[in-house]
Amino acid sequence: MSTIVTTVLTISGITGLLALLLSVANKTIANYGEKKILINGSKELVVEGGDTLLSALIDQKVFIPSACGGKGSCGYCKVTVTQGGGEILATELGYVTPKEREEGVRLSCQCKVREDMQIQIPEELFSVKQYDYHVAFIKDLTPTIKHLRLELPEKEEIEFKAGQYVQILAPKYKGSDEEVYRAYSIASSPMDTKAVELYIGYVKEGKATTYVHNFLKEKMKLTVVGPYGDFFYQDSDREMVMVAIGTGMAPIMSILKYMRSNNIQRKVTFYFGARTAEDLFEMETLEQLQKDLPNFKLVTCLSKPTEKCNWTGEVGRVTDMLQKYLSDASGAEAYLCGSPVMVDSVIPILKDKGMPEEHIYYDKFE
Amino acid sequence: MIEINPLVIFFASIFTNNMIMSNFLGMCSFIAVSSEIKTSLSLGQAVTFVLATTSVLNYLVYYLILVPLGLEYMRFIVFIIVIAAFVQLVEMIIERYFETLYYSLGIFLPLITVNCAILGVSLFMIIREYDLIQSFMFGLGSGIGWTLAIVAMAGIRKKIIGAKIPKGLEGAGITLIITGIMALAFLGFSGIVQIQ
Repeated sequence: MSTIVTTVLTISGITGLLALLLSVANKTIANYGEKKILINGSKELVVEGGDTLLSALIDQKVFIPSACGGKGSCGYCKVTVTQGGGEILATELGYVTPKEREEGVRLSCQCKVREDMQIQIPEELFSVKQYDYHVAFIKDLTPTIKHLRLELPEKEEIEFKAGQYVQILAPKYKGSDEEVYRAYSIASSPMDTKAVELYIGYVKEGKATTYVHNFLKEKMKLTVVGPYGDFFYQDSDREMVMVAIGTGMAPIMSILKYMRSNNIQRKVTFYFGARTAEDLFEMETLEQLQKDLPNFKLVTCLSKPTEKCNWTGEVGRVTDMLQKYLSDASGAEAYLCGSPVMVDSVIPILKDKGMPEEHIYYDKFE
Repeated sequence: MIEINPLVIFFASIFTNNMIMSNFLGMCSFIAVSSEIKTSLSLGQAVTFVLATTSVLNYLVYYLILVPLGLEYMRFIVFIIVIAAFVQLVEMIIERYFETLYYSLGIFLPLITVNCAILGVSLFMIIREYDLIQSFMFGLGSGIGWTLAIVAMAGIRKKIIGAKIPKGLEGAGITLIITGIMALAFLGFSGIVQIQ
């Protein structure tokens, strides 16, 4: 009996002593007190020191984009730290280019708040919020693309610019043991502040797309964070050249709907590419937009039409269409959206046709 | 106590009784972190530091507290707690007061709290009845041996970065196979010194 008592007492004693030691250390050594974070030289936040910059900012409702949840494996959560934050860590080096490093770019999920800091973030991030949407409908656009409409609860609104994107949070499900954030461009008009519509293409073994395609049902809730992105409609009088393939149509659709709502009569040509007739979608909506916007012209092309398609329209890639229909582009501006390969092959063509590089806006879907 | 020169233990634990190559202990961080030479060297340093200090600490706890009270059988739980608490404490201190050290070493400390090589060293030194000096040399040597192995592995992985590896073997798979081959090579040292 006495052995048992000694054992329990000794082990409890050792453990208790160590616990005491650690608690004292936590209260003294690891206690950094309240620290101030000055954002963009204007907004000041007071946070509890010792945490990572990312979680300190999220606690204060400043949503820095992050896809991996602070594990230092996506590289999205970059912020520019102008003061405080210490040296760059080995865990960040893989994501920060030497040029960015000079400017003080850090991964906010690795950088800890241990002193007062000054940081720079894009101004738009202040308007980024987290929303709890419910799914109003899910429709099949093509065998691999779904059309989602997400609606906000009463009294809530989202403000975004036509062309921006949001991140949806795919929860854990059978086959995926982690929560993931994935970015999708908004296809609906910014005038419609109660909802966002997304086109979500199926990616083999993609965690979020599998969730949306196989598990998400109507009426279910979906957490969305946004809006993000510096790709959006630019106010000017220039002629517009829009190029998209596949789900890259989403932000273009948003811009066109925005122009319709605001009665903007700029000259627009939209080059849309797909593989086969089966991959075309939202053609009626575009048809209607052509009627409503007299200066809007749609060029649809198929790269690999089959017999079944019964296709009488243009055959080729969007790059071929640009060569064919676009003559002088020096006074125009371009909006490109789709795979990096498409964007990278379109930019030189536009430059050839005289378009200044600063008027080419693009969003690469990776 | 057994009569082995502490220096012999030191060299033996680096080469012939390498924690990774002969005992296959501490494999998880060995495989996960061995993709970068610089990072693995930092992790190796952290492991060496923790091994050298916890072997002494656990030695004292064992012979000053557990043995007099007849509680030797509780060593597993006590060693684990001591290691975990110690690592956590060191991390806090480094993070606060030694900024440069924190960047090179501190961020790896949480990774090795649960490294089984560390518990392994504490248990081996008790089983083999080392004295304090021997235990310290054993801990230090094991740490250096662990560092040697992980840095060598990082070097090899850098070399094979462009190699065509069958898809199923990429990453951890090929690393384990290389570890096996390296273990055979380390076996060649076994004539130099021998403990156990």
